[in-house]
Amino acid sequence: MQPASTSAMPVVTLGSTGWRPVAEQVAIPVGALVVATLLFSVVLLVLGKNPVQYFALVWQGGFGTSFSLQNSLQRAAPLVLTGLAFAIPAAIGLTMISAEGALVLGGFAAAAVAIPLVTGAAPVGVTLVVMAVVAMVVGGAWTAIAGWLRHTRGVNETISTLLLTYIAIAIMNFFVEGLLRDPGSANKPSTMPIGKDYMVGAIPGTSVHWGFVAGLVLAVGLFVLMRRTTFGFAARVTGGNPRAALAQGLPVGGLVVACCLISGACGGLAGFYEVAAIQGQANASLVAGYGFTGILVSFLARHNPLVIVPVAVLFGAIEASGGLIQRRMDMPDATALVLQGIIFVVLLASDTLQGRLAIFQPKGDGK
Amino acid sequence: MTTRNFSRRGMLKAGAAGLAAAALPMGWARPARAAGEVVLGAVYVGPRDDFGWNQGHAVAMEILKTVPGVTVIEEENVAETDAVSKSMESMINLDGANLILGTSFGYFDPFMIDLATKYPDVQFRHAAPLWSADKHPMNLGGYFSYLNQAHYVNGVAAGLSSATGKIGFVAAKPIPTVLSNINSVLLGARSVNPAATVQVIFTGEWSMPVREAEAANALVDAGCDVLTCHVDGPKVVIETAEGRGIKSCGHNTSQAALAPKGFITGAEYKWATIYALYADLLGKGEPLPNVVIGGYDNDMVGNTAYGAGATPEAIAAADAAIAGLKAKKPIYVGPLKDNAGNVVLDKTFDNYDPVLDGMGFLLEGVIGSIT
Repeated sequence: MQPASTSAMPVVTLGSTGWRPVAEQVAIPVGALVVATLLFSVVLLVLGKNPVQYFALVWQGGFGTSFSLQNSLQRAAPLVLTGLAFAIPAAIGLTMISAEGALVLGGFAAAAVAIPLVTGAAPVGVTLVVMAVVAMVVGGAWTAIAGWLRHTRGVNETISTLLLTYIAIAIMNFFVEGLLRDPGSANKPSTMPIGKDYMVGAIPGTSVHWGFVAGLVLAVGLFVLMRRTTFGFAARVTGGNPRAALAQGLPVGGLVVACCLISGACGGLAGFYEVAAIQGQANASLVAGYGFTGILVSFLARHNPLVIVPVAVLFGAIEASGGLIQRRMDMPDATALVLQGIIFVVLLASDTLQGRLAIFQPKGDGK
Repeated sequence: MTTRNFSRRGMLKAGAAGLAAAALPMGWARPARAAGEVVLGAVYVGPRDDFGWNQGHAVAMEILKTVPGVTVIEEENVAETDAVSKSMESMINLDGANLILGTSFGYFDPFMIDLATKYPDVQFRHAAPLWSADKHPMNLGGYFSYLNQAHYVNGVAAGLSSATGKIGFVAAKPIPTVLSNINSVLLGARSVNPAATVQVIFTGEWSMPVREAEAANALVDAGCDVLTCHVDGPKVVIETAEGRGIKSCGHNTSQAALAPKGFITGAEYKWATIYALYADLLGKGEPLPNVVIGGYDNDMVGNTAYGAGATPEAIAAADAAIAGLKAKKPIYVGPLKDNAGNVVLDKTFDNYDPVLDGMGFLLEGVIGSIT
């Protein structure tokens, strides 16, 4: 394996070095966000638009009303899962563009396995559990192919996962437009709808589906796994220096494949919720780019599973407010993409500040 | 575009003001809408300037902006996921929209059906013939134009403008609407040139410019000397045809400007007819019909003005074909065989017969396969 190209999760241990490293972890990304905001304001001013109005609309459309907040959380739900799908392999030094393919194939597999269950009137709970498990297994297995190729054949995982994404979409299209096409879906080829009774509902009192809660639980679980277990430690050591890890006798190949399995399971679960909570069937609408946005989310969260949740909500809010900005400020849809792009570039650039700002360096006594 | 002078201090002030404004919770409440006023929310699946489907709608939408008491709000690039539900709900909740036009096929089920149930006071109209009174809410409906009638005219003009009689067709997906356009081009071409053929290549995606260019080049290499298409944005196909020095017929909106030498004519939606009807009814405060469908006979489709590629005979024959369609002359005159030799239409069908909406075949004379 090559040395990690994505920065592995920094090891932060409270107590031994005091508050400074933690503050650094927070201050640099937040500072980058502020700089990106200012840069984007310049873009707006050049276009003759009012930045204050823009960000006020982001607030209103993303958080300002109860509807807006639910809109943001709903849009964040798939991004939490696809963000995790990128973050876990990143910890072991892999840059995997695999979440989109895992989402599409996982969602498709869930819809496909639901056909006999729904036709046979299986209990709703059983059907949904089977769908979710199948989605995670298929997504995991699909992503593990790239991990296996990486470890055994040295195939660059970024390229292989990107290409596998196209194959995943083609596989879904092949079945959705052929063998598994619902005859009722004449002009938009789709699998058989699972029907309202079999859909995952919303969290009571909101319009946000349960996929957001699943993302929260997984984020906490994976944070513990990667930071507080032997497995996570071994994975991070491998990410830091794979040759040293091998020399220490760590099962590098197994760790790589395991991280890919977890990643693919997260992507597959996102696909399950797209099918079971949103679409009710599998079709080309599953290919919505959530897997790619998840990469940005993970980078912005510095691949920290816990931080992925608020970052995903921030991205959800930017997308939720995008429509309002189009309508009120007469700006094109690409505006939100420009903002996301600026945030991404500034954030990557800000990484070079890690460990270079005197104020965040631990003093001799560790206080 | 306006530019302004700005200084670092000014930027800091603006930034600080922005943060302050952002910190104010619920800056603006839901805007008040006067009684009788219409706030119309239009949602597009792609950019409004795509030389295709979305531009066709967006250009036609302009007519609604001229109606007093009607405010039009628009959103582009809205995917066929819950993003469309949320965009439409945001228009209802934050902008007070009371009429929503969803212009992409996949918006209907389940998104617009669910929203129409959730918001019974808001009217929803969708650009496809999917609504049915016994299955769907009454505040929902559809509108659709049968573009295959204009593609039939394309076929007539292409059949007489082509030297080889080989017409190439770049198609997105083998679904009934697309198949009907391909078959209509063939029937139009064969009505003036019984030896004409249509060779089709499916790209598999609504918008895949690279594959569309490859398909267009492959068709030219196969000897086609007229190209037409049914993809979201016909720009690539038309420009490729022009670049290769052959003729072309358009789709969706006018692409005449893209092919000054080889453009024959093009099939165009006339959404403005429907939107003007809506505007008229809204202006009078009358309810909108649930379903509006049509073609040449009620001015809901048209053909682009003939370009340099159209021969005089082609223009005369195409004009005659248009006159026939306006008089409801049927396109599918049976019996007709598919390109495997099976009789698929045993009799003549009216241009709006629902049987044609479920079309799943390519007629004899079309070179290509849907599987």
